[in-house]
Order: sequence, then structure tokens, then C-alpha cells
Amino acid sequence: MSILIDRNTKVITQGITGKTGQFHTKMCREYANGKNCFVAGVTPGKGGQDFEGIPIYNTVKEAKSATGATVSVIYVPPPYAAAAIDEAVDAGLDLVICITEGIPVRDMIRTRYRMQGKKTRLIGPNCPGLITPDEIKIGIMPGHIHRKGRIGIVSRSGTLTYEAVGQVSALGLGQSSAVGIGGDPVNGVKHIDVMKMFNDDPDTEAVIMIGEIGGGDEETAARWVKDNMKKPVVGFIAGVTAPPGKRMGHAGAIISGGKGTAQEKLSVMEECGIRVTRNPAEMGKLLKSVL
Amino acid sequence: MNIHEYQGKELFRKYGVATPRGVPAFSVDEAVAAAKTLRGREAPADAKAPVWVVKAQIHAGGRGKGGGVKLARSVEEVKGLAQQMLGMTLVTHQTGPQGRLVRRLLIEEGADIKKELYVALVVDRGLQRVVLMASSEGGMDIEEVAAHHPEKIHKVAIDPVAGLADKDAQDIARKIGVPAELVPQARDLFKNLYRCFDECDCSLVEVNPLIVTGDGRVVALDAKLNFDDNALFRHKDIVAMRDLDEEDPAEVEASKYDLNYIQLDGDIGCLVNGAGLAMATMDTIKLFGGSPANFLDVGGGATTEKVTEAFKIMLKNPKLAAILVNIFGGIMKCDVIAAGVVAAAREVGLKVPLVVRLEGTNVDLGKKILADSGLPIISASDMGDAAKKVVAAAKGVAVAA
Repeated sequence: MSILIDRNTKVITQGITGKTGQFHTKMCREYANGKNCFVAGVTPGKGGQDFEGIPIYNTVKEAKSATGATVSVIYVPPPYAAAAIDEAVDAGLDLVICITEGIPVRDMIRTRYRMQGKKTRLIGPNCPGLITPDEIKIGIMPGHIHRKGRIGIVSRSGTLTYEAVGQVSALGLGQSSAVGIGGDPVNGVKHIDVMKMFNDDPDTEAVIMIGEIGGGDEETAARWVKDNMKKPVVGFIAGVTAPPGKRMGHAGAIISGGKGTAQEKLSVMEECGIRVTRNPAEMGKLLKSVL
Repeated sequence: MNIHEYQGKELFRKYGVATPRGVPAFSVDEAVAAAKTLRGREAPADAKAPVWVVKAQIHAGGRGKGGGVKLARSVEEVKGLAQQMLGMTLVTHQTGPQGRLVRRLLIEEGADIKKELYVALVVDRGLQRVVLMASSEGGMDIEEVAAHHPEKIHKVAIDPVAGLADKDAQDIARKIGVPAELVPQARDLFKNLYRCFDECDCSLVEVNPLIVTGDGRVVALDAKLNFDDNALFRHKDIVAMRDLDEEDPAEVEASKYDLNYIQLDGDIGCLVNGAGLAMATMDTIKLFGGSPANFLDVGGGATTEKVTEAFKIMLKNPKLAAILVNIFGGIMKCDVIAAGVVAAAREVGLKVPLVVRLEGTNVDLGKKILADSGLPIISASDMGDAAKKVVAAAKGVAVAA
């Protein structure tokens, strides 16, 4: 078991004819069961063509009905990416993973509004994607650092997720699933949503939750963990040294009006029984100590 | 991206948001000319109220307390104030101790203030909506109000399709103490403000204070606007208002090479791939007793050219005592990064200690390239080890390569 995706998931790549879409579709196909998972691509106006044997359709709806795919991954450039999410939602997919970085907040507010009451779940945007090791990888993370195992990882940052994955693998443990939820201020699933899924997943034994400055999602998740989580959770928050009012790379990583500091998040997490470390090199060790 | 108050007010006027009449001035002569233009009908006969306000234009708040907002009762006084303010270094709680050089002024007609209020539009991340936020406590730091009188801040979330509803706007106006007969005026101002926020892709619009005047008008006496950088591609007119003088030169230089760079006060330069890892690297340096000189995310496609430019930018900082390169190679291979680091270190003739931590794809090849380079590069096994080593090196302690 795992969360959200497994070896039987069928995936559509939206933006498959772009350079990024092509490169990562190739890498994902080469990983584990990827060959059987990546079944369709979508690029408007290029329907009927194919990318290395993967049929291309004009719309998500066509791709879905032709292949039975239930998930899409988006590499569409920022000005058109929100519309690509809308299209996937309208086609009734279960899960949409938007890798694209740089989507205007205004577009995302409208897209999230349209998604109300729809069944589609969104991961991202501005995220590395997600992976269930040895089964399927959907996104831009390096597959080879992962190892099948029982640790769930959820994070807003890409390379910091890889850091945690690398440490867990080096300790001889592995991941059930690793999810990058993205660094944007208005996005899809939050820490709390992923935490609930890990809690329900019989193959996840413990969770590493990685956050960063900005917003209050980590605090919300921590409070939920305190009351509901049946499994140990350890955490790290990046940005203790970040100055207020500056956007630290990610659009969502900003301390505004004194809110969203790393210190505040760390304090709430500790109060809620989550063991935290101030040293990101020790996320793996801390996790091992609570098993 | 930020703009100046006078530019914000120009935008406000386009959207029908009332502001005092004002003219920007880049020189003393322009300030005098502006004051003369503004006189005419606006000078009250009894002249009890100040006739002009001279406002320093910098991208920071707290200008009044720092001496950047002054009243003048004659053109001569405007001239004197303009002479005094242009070229002065204005220090406010938002500029840091080094302050900001004043290069532009806004000369404005004086306002007869009956009441000072506060209104702002921000993105609420939890609600995933734009929120209109207002308070009866205008002219004060809103963080202070939030801390001591949270009940005096009123909020309403805005439907992204329908826009700000009349009822909600009126409700907020009443709650913050707009006189009953002026509620429709305040309602329209709030709605126009939201239209401005929405159509211009703002990330913040703040009016502090919003005033009620003696003659019964609701007017934006200040204008603070921030824009969503991700949306600037569709706003050429707003990009044209960017003032590079207000930005850190190192950050401007870095943006040319698509590097995400933020200058900090410490002495240890950091070069990292990924924003989260870059923050975590700074934190680790601090944890081991050092102080980061910058945030720098080279992104996913760090080429030799980018790494070289990043080194050059970091080395312009006279405080720089050591550099830490921390790369988790994913799609980006460690050997490529290592070659880039070696080439960059050679090209810039690196004089400060360099600690490199590589992990991920082709890490062994990468480490070999560093070791074979003949450069005094200090290699580290993990982030903690790297931070310890770079902190020691920055303090002048010899660290084994």
C-alpha cells in the first residue's frame, strides 16, 4: 500500500510536447512500472501524434476516455497552467499534480474556487510531485535516491524532500510515499491532508513533516496530529534565519506582519507532540529514534 | 515588486479611488513648480490647515516618524523641505539602520483630516481568497492594533467571481466608524480598491490612513502596493514603474542570471539548489555559531555560467569570509556542478575558504573532480559537517581539505 498512487495508476502528461514535459515523462517511464503507467499526453492541436509511443490527445477528456487514466501531471508554462488544472478538474480526474512554478496567485485563487465541490485533488503547483518507491514516480524527483519502506514524507520544498529521503534511505529505512506539496501560497493539498492519508495507510509507520516559513499550514497540521495521529511524526522547519518581508525563493515563503515565522511553527509542533530538529542533517536520525 | 506611494496613487485614481491631489518631484525646482501648480483653488483662506505636504518617496514604511513627511505653509517652505529631504538618508523601522537615500518626493495638497481609518487587501492563504481588512485605528502600525486590539480589525473574504459585495463593503464601512452618510462613498472606494487589486495582480494593497475629511470625503491619504512577481508578465505598465534604486544592487544583478539571491548581514556566503534547502543551509550555519551572508538558490539548472556569476556576486560583499556550496543533485548531476564550481573558483581567483557538500546523482564523480582540481576546496560529508567546517573556516581556523 501507499498513498494516492501505486504501480497500477494511469497517468496523463499535460504539456507533453514541451522540453520539460518530454524530459520528465521519459525519466518517469524509466522508473519502476512507469512504462505501463504513463499512458497518454495532452497538447492542444497535436492530437493524433505520439511522443515515443505515448499517444497525444487534444484534450484531457479525450485522453481520459481513450486510456482510462485517472491522474494527470502538468508541465504547462505558467501563463496557461491554471487553465490546464481547470481542464483536468472538468474532465473529472481523481488527482492532478502541477509541477509548474510561477503561476500567478490570482489564477490559482480562481482555480481553487472552481474546484470547490469537485472530486479532484490537486498537488502543487510549484512542487516536485510524488513517488511511491519501486512502483511509480510522478514528477521531477531523482528516482534512485528512494527506497521502498514504511516512512511517509511530506514537504513544501523539493531539494529538502530529497535531503530527507536520502537520509532515510542511508539509514536502511525507506519510504512508503514521499509527497512534495509545493511552495506556493495558494495550492492544493496541505500538510494536514497528506498527514491524514499517511495515518490511514497501513504501510506507513511514521512520518517526516517538513515545512518552511510563511502561512499557517504546519500549525494546522500539528494540531490535527495532536488529536488524531496514531503514528509518530518528526519535523523540521526551514527559515529560522530568514528576514521578515522577504520572499525566500518560494512565492509562499515569506514572513508577513510577524506571522509565519519558523520559530512559531516549531513551537506549535513541539506543543503538539511532534519531535523537531533544528539541524536538517539529522531528520533521518531523529525519525529513527522515535520508531 | 513594490512601487512608490505617488505611483500607487496614480493607479488608485485610474480606478476611481479618491486621493489628495499631488505631483511627484525629482528635484527642488520640480518641487517648487509642483507646489505652485497645486496652490490655486486648494489654498484655504484661513490657512489653518497646512497647505502642502512634502513626502519622501522610498519603498519603506514609517516615513513620518523618520522625518520623511513634513507640512509646509508656503512655497518657500516647500523649497526648504525639498532641499532638506532630497539626498537625505531616511532611516525608519523598515529600512534597517543603514537607511535609504531619498531621490524622489511627492508634493501633495494638505488634507483636513476628521478621522483616520485603515483599509487593506491581502491574500488569505488559509481561505485561499482575497480578504478586505479594515480598522477604525488608522495611522497606526496595523501589527500593533492586531496585537493589542484584535477586535478592532474587521475582515471579509471576497468571492473571486462575484467580486466584493455591496453589502459586505457597507458592513465593513459601518464597523470601522465611517459616518452613515458617507458609507456609500466608502463602499464604492472599497470596491474600486478591490478592482485595482484584482486587475493589477496585487499581492498587497494598504491604505493607512484612509481619511474622512472635514468636507465629507473619503480619501486614500497613503498608498502601499505590492505586486505578484509571477504575474508581471501580463503587466508591462506596472513593470515600467519598477525603481531599481530601491532594490539591493546585488539582488538586481542576480536576477539577471535567474538566480534567487537575498543579501543578509553575515559573513558566510551560501550557494544552494532549491529554496527550502537554501533556507535550511542558512539555518544550519546559524545553528553552528556562524552567520549567513546571503540566501542563494541557483535553481534546478545550475550551469557553470550561473555558478560563476553567483560566486562573483557573493564576492562583491566585503564582509565575505567563507563560502558554503550545498548541492543535492537530482536531475542536476553532481559531477556537472563540481566542474562548474571548479571553473568558477578558478575564474574568480577565489581568496576565501570554500566548503563544498555534494549529495545525490553522480556524487562520487563530483567529489573526485573537486579533489583532483588542486584547489583548496574543503569537502564535507553532510549539511551539519559542512556548516561546522565553514563556520570554523570563516573564523580563520584551519580546516582540513
